[in-house]
Amino acid sequence: MSDPSTAAMPSYHVDAADPQRLRKAIDDVRLGVSRWRLALTLAWLDIRNRYRGSVLGPFWLTLSTGAMLLGLGLLYSTLFNMSLREYLPHLAVSLVIWNAISQMVNDATASLTGSEGIIRQMPLPYTVHALRCVMRNGIIAAHNFPLILVIFLICGHLPGPEALLAIPGFVLIAINSIAAALFLGMLCARFRDIGPIVGSIMQLAFFLTPILWKPRLLGHWEAWMPFNPFYAILETVRGPLVEGGGPPLAWVAAIVYTLLTVVVAAVFFVRFRGRVAFWV
Amino acid sequence: MALIEARGLCLDFPYYHIGARSLKKRLMGKSRLHTDPSNRIVVTALRNLDFRIGKGERVALVGPNGAGKTTLLRTLAGVYEPVAGSLTVQGQIGALIDVAAGMDTESTGRENVRLRGLYRGLTDAESDRLAEEVAAFAGLGDFFDVPIRTYSAGMGVRLAFALATAMQPQVLLMDEWFLAGDAAFMAKAEERLARLVGGADIMVVATHDFSVVRRWCNRAIRLEGGLILADGPVEDVLRGMEAAA
Repeated sequence: MSDPSTAAMPSYHVDAADPQRLRKAIDDVRLGVSRWRLALTLAWLDIRNRYRGSVLGPFWLTLSTGAMLLGLGLLYSTLFNMSLREYLPHLAVSLVIWNAISQMVNDATASLTGSEGIIRQMPLPYTVHALRCVMRNGIIAAHNFPLILVIFLICGHLPGPEALLAIPGFVLIAINSIAAALFLGMLCARFRDIGPIVGSIMQLAFFLTPILWKPRLLGHWEAWMPFNPFYAILETVRGPLVEGGGPPLAWVAAIVYTLLTVVVAAVFFVRFRGRVAFWV
Repeated sequence: MALIEARGLCLDFPYYHIGARSLKKRLMGKSRLHTDPSNRIVVTALRNLDFRIGKGERVALVGPNGAGKTTLLRTLAGVYEPVAGSLTVQGQIGALIDVAAGMDTESTGRENVRLRGLYRGLTDAESDRLAEEVAAFAGLGDFFDVPIRTYSAGMGVRLAFALATAMQPQVLLMDEWFLAGDAAFMAKAEERLARLVGGADIMVVATHDFSVVRRWCNRAIRLEGGLILADGPVEDVLRGMEAAA
């Protein structure tokens, strides 16, 4: 009862004439990251509540992705005239990573509006809500990863040590996810139409990105591929796992796109952070 | 040294939901925006508030619905950033505004205490102590380890109250619910509340209930339409309100 450390928040000072937005945004991120355990707990609760009463829980996603891999694998390997052994590893990595990215982006649009009840009641760093969204989607995506391993074993595809390059690839995806959760979360809190637009864009991107097909099928248009940010990001994981290392240009493009999303998200966050409580 | 100081504090509350929020209107209505810069619907929630609350003061925010009491409380708690003016709050802040915020109905009472501990940034040891303390007061017995979805209304209130009041902030911000609970519950909660209020350097409570004001406060701020109409000793402010009514 008399433990002073149980109080919620220390002193603060705000002055509209001197908003100190940058300092507050940095404090938000720093404090939010230090509260990662809260974000992780909330992420697990989200998953538990979403799949409450379900026998398989998030493994339903594994099952449906597995079925999709089988069906699409049989169909498209025939269409493209490729052997299953050659096509399936490509499809498995592409589809699993794409599902993770696409679910992440779609969920990012609700990262702040979904926490409205908390945002309007207590001053918590917004970074916590973004981290919660990223962790939730990361955990769900991890349920699909065993599929990659299973397909690799079945097809006898054993990547060499260059597969370790997929780790920086995952790091790039994580950085982009946090930036997206903050940026899209804020943007969609302010403009409620952005969410559905993002959904449509992601659907279109699924077909424009080499997931079902391989980039070399484009012929001389393949050189244009790095202009598709989803291709570049995807290639940083798929290249090391499937192709024996991604093309250097894809890596450069992926790093440039990551810097861009981080800068855009940071600028937007610094400028409009103080308005979020009014938007949700 | 606990202190709350507001200078020219203003807060506009934009109502995006009413119609100005959609992207279509923003894009299509670009020409209208030039002719009508206040295209969005803004409610001025707090207008140019000046006040200073020092150590030992127990302040009641009084006024009709929509006067800005809860908005001011949330602004003091750090939820809303003022659009003009400045606000300083010194001392550790404890806000009891909506007790149910952050509760997970699928989790047990104990898990909810742990969760609240994480929200407050406690260590595991502190969280465990909090759980023991809350369990002792709420008296839920075996139900403490059952999802709170299954609780009766009374059990829910006991848990929420025990959890919310298990702190000792220097600056205590409260909505009236806490001081105006039903009589049977208040008898048990009384001592705990008195200790919480007594231990705080500053209390600010938003309320409609004059008996709450007279009982717990030594200063009242009367708000109406986001403006301070009166600020002073409880009896003076309440007499002014009764005269106006």
